[in-house]
Amino acid sequence: MKSFYWLVKREFWEHKGGFVTAPIVAGIVALVLNVMLLITAEVLGRRWAGVGKGDSFHTNFDRAFDADNLVQAGAVLDMTLYGVTFLILGVMAIVVFFYCLGALYDDRRDRSILFWKSLPLSDTNTVLSKAASAVIVAPAIAVVTGVVAGLLLMIVVSIFATFHGVPAWRLLMEAHPFQVVFTLLLLLPLYALWALPTLGWLMLCSAWARSKPFLWAIALPVGAGIVVSWFGLMGLFNRGSSWFWTNVVGRVLGGLVPGGWVGQTTSPLVLPGHDDPAAVLQSLNLAYHYSALANPSTWIGAVAGVAMIAAAIWFRRWRDDS
Amino acid sequence: MTAVVTANGLTKRFKNQVALDGATFQIESGRIVGLIGPNGAGKTTALKAILGLTTFDGHLSVLGLDPRKDRDKLMEQVCFIADVAVLPRWLKVRDAVDFVANTHPRFDRAKCDAFLARTKLQPGQKVKQLSKGMIVQLHLALVMSIDAKLLVLDEPTLGLDILYRKQFYQSLLEDYFDEEKTILITTHQVEEIEHILTDLMFIRDGKIVLDTDMDSLGERFAEVLVSSELAAAARELKPLDERQVFGKSIFLFDNVSRPQLESLGEVRRPSIGDLFVATMKGTYA
Repeated sequence: MKSFYWLVKREFWEHKGGFVTAPIVAGIVALVLNVMLLITAEVLGRRWAGVGKGDSFHTNFDRAFDADNLVQAGAVLDMTLYGVTFLILGVMAIVVFFYCLGALYDDRRDRSILFWKSLPLSDTNTVLSKAASAVIVAPAIAVVTGVVAGLLLMIVVSIFATFHGVPAWRLLMEAHPFQVVFTLLLLLPLYALWALPTLGWLMLCSAWARSKPFLWAIALPVGAGIVVSWFGLMGLFNRGSSWFWTNVVGRVLGGLVPGGWVGQTTSPLVLPGHDDPAAVLQSLNLAYHYSALANPSTWIGAVAGVAMIAAAIWFRRWRDDS
Repeated sequence: MTAVVTANGLTKRFKNQVALDGATFQIESGRIVGLIGPNGAGKTTALKAILGLTTFDGHLSVLGLDPRKDRDKLMEQVCFIADVAVLPRWLKVRDAVDFVANTHPRFDRAKCDAFLARTKLQPGQKVKQLSKGMIVQLHLALVMSIDAKLLVLDEPTLGLDILYRKQFYQSLLEDYFDEEKTILITTHQVEEIEHILTDLMFIRDGKIVLDTDMDSLGERFAEVLVSSELAAAARELKPLDERQVFGKSIFLFDNVSRPQLESLGEVRRPSIGDLFVATMKGTYA
């Protein structure tokens, strides 16, 4: 257990830039862009104030300044928090994608694997520590960063709201930051489960490829998809090739996309019009997210992912090319 | 003395070549063994087999364990420096010590700090900022602080300048080696390790062609400086090798009685280098 902790720490040392710096930079960029957008909205809103009805420049932020409907205003703030976190998770997903491809390959290439293998560390622990770094440590850091950036943005929006006659604290009271953070944290296990097939596939390629794991990881599933589509054109499969692209290629390459399970669950997602943010948030509650567990695809993918991680451990033990 | 490594019919085949061809040998504890062979003779494959890094056929027992099955357990007692400079470039000196201290049950941190204090290494430095010699110093400090029963060194000083090379072997002898420990070294720089070895093995085409301790080496092999008039007589004793220096011939003999040789000329102990060249004649032909 102590070794495992230090193995994860080792991954953190090596990938501090990707795991910590990248989300922080993404958070700062999101903050700056949103503040710029708010200022633009203020300036344009004032310039056109006399013309038309004042809603010629419409952003969702308008709703945050709607003193008549503070419920919606609070929902917009909640969405801001979700949105910023989602953006940072997206950045993290890209980082983790390449992290997985390099995790069991880079040290074979620079031969530092010979140093790690000179220590009494089991290959199982080594591979699992890298898997845990990818789908537990990195997303957790991203969520924390996202929440901090999101909260800062909430405060900025509230300050702007005071210009529109809505007291900042009044607006903030309508938001549900704790509930949002709670939901995000509870979604982390689902994220890890959903990401397993991609995690397993990328790590398998990383452990197995003698060179260019990226090309193998992309070319094999996409190539298979093209072959299936080609047969599909001739009507040989009744499943249809779009099924293969979504459920095999999509799961194997796209599992790290945050919220990838949304729209794939058995209970259809009914989104109300975008003019009702509170209702949108309501329809995307935890119960909806976790209904993904009723989808066999989630579990089949997870089993396949675990099998591929097991294969990666085997290759880590026996691949002999250093 | 107990055997640390016992190999019997060790064989490893790659697609189109045989790296190990039934190699059989035994390494006793408390020895410093040199495994010497030309390029491609199977040295590294043999070491990899001992370290459980590769599959093989035949019987191999290291500290009573099968390196294929019990690698994790084995690595608590065995340590190795494979080639130079395999420390990851992003690793900091401080983190390297922390990591090994917390993952290796037989690591002595105080010892490591003492070794590092003798070098110019700074705790905050990353491996990529270090010279090759300093990387080896760090690696050696880590490895020497591990109380391992068997230490395997594969070309540990390749590409280092002579100061670092001397210091490397000196540290090993003075600060690390004792009767409880065993060291297995491969290198091409034979003359450097000649005086520290207790045992010598030559490997050629995947087979052990010479396996002897240094004391019996001096008894078994002899180099004789023979003047030209006695050269014909010397040739009749079937020398392993003959070369000419300053109009005299130097013959290398295996298992010829000492008085007989002394009648031919001045007898001395051959260097490992000369013995190696004589034994490996025709390897690349």
